[in-house]
Amino acid sequence: MTLLDHHLLSVLIWFPVVGGILVLAAGNDRRADTARWAALGFSVATFLLSIPLWSRFDRASADMQFVERLPWIERFQIEYSLGVDGISVPLVLLTTLLTMVVVMAGWQVIRDRVAQYFAAFLIMEGLMIGVFCALDGILFYLFWEAMLIPMFLIIGIWGGPNRVYAAIKFFLYTLLGSLLMLVALLYLYRASGGSFDLLAFHQLPLAAGVQTLVFLAFFAAFAVKIPMVPVHTWLPDAHVEAPTGGSVILAAITLKMGAYGFLRLALPIAPDAAHQIAPIIIGLSLLAVVYIALVALVQQDMKKLIAYSSISHMGFVTLGFFVFETRAMEGAVVQMISHGFVSGALFLCVGVLYDRLHSREIATYGGVIKVMPVFALFIVFFAMANAGLPGTSGFVGEFLVILGTFSVNGWYAAIAALTLIVGAAYTLWMVKRVVFGPIENPQVAELKDLDRREFAVLMIVASGVLIIGVWPAPLLEVMDASVDRLLAHVAVSKL
Amino acid sequence: MMTLASLNLWAIAPEIAVASLACLVLLVDLYFRSARPCALSYPLTLATLISGALLSVAGLFDPPQLALNGLVIRDGVADVLKAGTCLGTAGVLFYARDYAQERDLWRGEYLVLSLFGTVGMMTMIGAAHLLTLYVGIELLALCLYGMIAMQRDSVRAAEAAMKYFILGALASGVLLYGMSLLYGLTGSLSLELVSDASAALASDSLPLILAIVMIVVGLLFKLGAVPFHMWVPDVYDGSATSTTLYISAVPKLAAFAILLRLLSSGLGGWIEVWQDMLAIAAVLSIALGNVVAIAQTSIKRMLAYSTIANMGFLLLGFFSGTAAGYSAAMLYSVVYMVTTLAVFGIILALTRSGFESDALDDFRGLNQRNPWLALLMLIVMFSLAGIPPTAGFFAKLLVLQAALDAGFVEVVVAAVVLAVIGAFYYLRVVKLMYFDDPEPGALKVSAHGYRRGMIWALSGNAVLLLVITPWIGQVMDFVSASLANFGAS
Repeated sequence: MTLLDHHLLSVLIWFPVVGGILVLAAGNDRRADTARWAALGFSVATFLLSIPLWSRFDRASADMQFVERLPWIERFQIEYSLGVDGISVPLVLLTTLLTMVVVMAGWQVIRDRVAQYFAAFLIMEGLMIGVFCALDGILFYLFWEAMLIPMFLIIGIWGGPNRVYAAIKFFLYTLLGSLLMLVALLYLYRASGGSFDLLAFHQLPLAAGVQTLVFLAFFAAFAVKIPMVPVHTWLPDAHVEAPTGGSVILAAITLKMGAYGFLRLALPIAPDAAHQIAPIIIGLSLLAVVYIALVALVQQDMKKLIAYSSISHMGFVTLGFFVFETRAMEGAVVQMISHGFVSGALFLCVGVLYDRLHSREIATYGGVIKVMPVFALFIVFFAMANAGLPGTSGFVGEFLVILGTFSVNGWYAAIAALTLIVGAAYTLWMVKRVVFGPIENPQVAELKDLDRREFAVLMIVASGVLIIGVWPAPLLEVMDASVDRLLAHVAVSKL
Repeated sequence: MMTLASLNLWAIAPEIAVASLACLVLLVDLYFRSARPCALSYPLTLATLISGALLSVAGLFDPPQLALNGLVIRDGVADVLKAGTCLGTAGVLFYARDYAQERDLWRGEYLVLSLFGTVGMMTMIGAAHLLTLYVGIELLALCLYGMIAMQRDSVRAAEAAMKYFILGALASGVLLYGMSLLYGLTGSLSLELVSDASAALASDSLPLILAIVMIVVGLLFKLGAVPFHMWVPDVYDGSATSTTLYISAVPKLAAFAILLRLLSSGLGGWIEVWQDMLAIAAVLSIALGNVVAIAQTSIKRMLAYSTIANMGFLLLGFFSGTAAGYSAAMLYSVVYMVTTLAVFGIILALTRSGFESDALDDFRGLNQRNPWLALLMLIVMFSLAGIPPTAGFFAKLLVLQAALDAGFVEVVVAAVVLAVIGAFYYLRVVKLMYFDDPEPGALKVSAHGYRRGMIWALSGNAVLLLVITPWIGQVMDFVSASLANFGAS
């Protein structure tokens, strides 16, 4: 199995892409089932292939592992170079697991252009894994941008009534940020004397003014993707209009690409600028944590509420990065993974309801527990996780971030901790209005509980939430060395 | 002493072959009438173009040599661009056949004009002398006027031809005036001697600046760059789509070549005079092209403005005046030609007799009518927008990098922001194809007979933009190798 030994990352990237192309070629709407089973086969196989990444990963080392390097565009020293460290491994696994979940979740829901739907998700899976593995600037940019194309189509073709607006807004917002990142990468290429090697960029000494500009260019790309206030406005639109699967991938993985970009590019390349700008970013993060949580409180639309809750939770992630403290940063990475599960799960839950009644309005529902007890169990569990209940993954991340922040600045921690109140308020209030209370809508009375497929989908995600919540040690262990090295690197001035 | 050997005719063998075979096509078409139009002259035309391409690459990477007593040069870049021109024209005619036949344009003259236009472009590409350059420009222009005006019953075609002719003649006059001033200043029309004079002639001399301004104006007009772009949308829109394809795709290679010959080989010593002019024209072209394209409802007009923006990007690569910039601009022109061939090819594949398919709305719901063509169009649109992993991305990347290396950071940032605006209208085409439902009367697009072959060719053409990515480095190497010793003899 030398192919898997030496080219595991390439296999993980290209296997689903090729699978997607085959699904696209094989299926039309008359053979929808072929497309479904093929897509499931490819996504499960990709997930299984990603398990060795976890089991064979050397936790003691902070170096890049599973490295592959091939010359690609030699005249510009652009290489096809891949590698993972403790920060990217969990994200790759999250991607493979959730793509599998999304394929199952879209099984019967998508009846129109089925093959194209599943192909888009498979191709996107490969491209997203590529983002998390790329160690070359241009390769990173290539995956980063190419991933927009399937997502654009997913929102635009299978989305809700206002899908066209949402898809174009999503694309253009992200593109503007990304292109500024490209300019920064081209600048770094020159500054480094002709290389796009991200790890070489890490070691590159840069003057203070240059660092600020480079950091801001990266910030433009990553802040849009995360998204941070004030460039977050595309997210509620995109989330609300996207089909369930699209929302899940957007919330669970796409947003993490922005956070990952900070860790892989912005922080190590421009550490002094990062320290200098940190107060502003912490301010924006706290604004997201508190203000956006309040915005979430008043939403009438469940998807919108979860979308705002995502922005608020991602504020925790950026807060954890920019206090430059080990526990906070590890907490932030755990929060990334946890939020991937929890927000994905909540979108799946909304999807379950939407498939039945075609409404996302909170007011439509009420008393769902009486007709869908199993579903109610799941949604209450995920809501608790979203509110950061101990024993769920949501708690671990938020607790570590607050703990780490507290050792740096008590006020930051105090403000961030407000989310435990507001977050609980908006999530539980939504659950109260949807799940509990009397049944007022006659259509709700006729709802059927989860079928086996939906149960399996939610069960997979729920186990993830529970395992990380109860026993986060393996996850922390994987990232420990890499986070330590990153913080040590960022602490040293490049000036 | 002028002997036949001193003319070095082998160096211009491709031009000789295409020109003489074009005359043969003209005769064949007159004397061999058959039931189907151009039954004999069409294959003969394709054979002519392919032999032109083969002869061009026969001596690839030989040392550069002058021919016809210094009127013409044959170097690596000339070989590659001539071959590209011949193959591009062949592609144009291949895509155009069905469409032109249905509109009664498919006559011997159409083929002959396109062949002579090709000779004109090849002359421009190989020019080592201002007169050769001018003759090439005019030969191409006259053929284009004729091809547009051939659609005699169309008022818009007549208007387009007239506009193109008058404005084109004006621009040629300006260009020629600039050349004559240059002759007065340097005493020579040979690009090499003009270039040698740069040591003696200071770049702040007013007559010189006047000469260069006029030459640049003429060039910008031929390119269709702002502020001399007015003719582009009207000509694109008014011409038959097959002719638009020819105008928009193939001459871009020759346009790059004349920029290279005139500004770099000839006026390279006075780069500070023309550099800023090109930079401003580049940014204005990208800005105006991208912004105005948004408001268009006809896809041909939209693509016309897209061409203006793309010529801005080509200039952006060129104006840095470095070897990297030239090879970026050359790659850009080649990628642009391949992309444009695909885009108009798809439009032509969607036309039927009596249906032009030139409104944006005609693309509505294409994914449901013909998913494969929609996918091809998707690739092409993302390539035009410069989204990776398409070839269009790498072309833009190189151009931006060259401009950044030359220190024009502000220009690059402006171009990048404007490219986002540009992405919008390409996305809108994707939106129409994928997000909207077809109009009730719209038919499924089916292909049979000749169209089937055309779709195969289109597939190769569009998919090439995507699958070239792993080998894009080799393409770049090839392009810069061909530019390694241009102009030297």
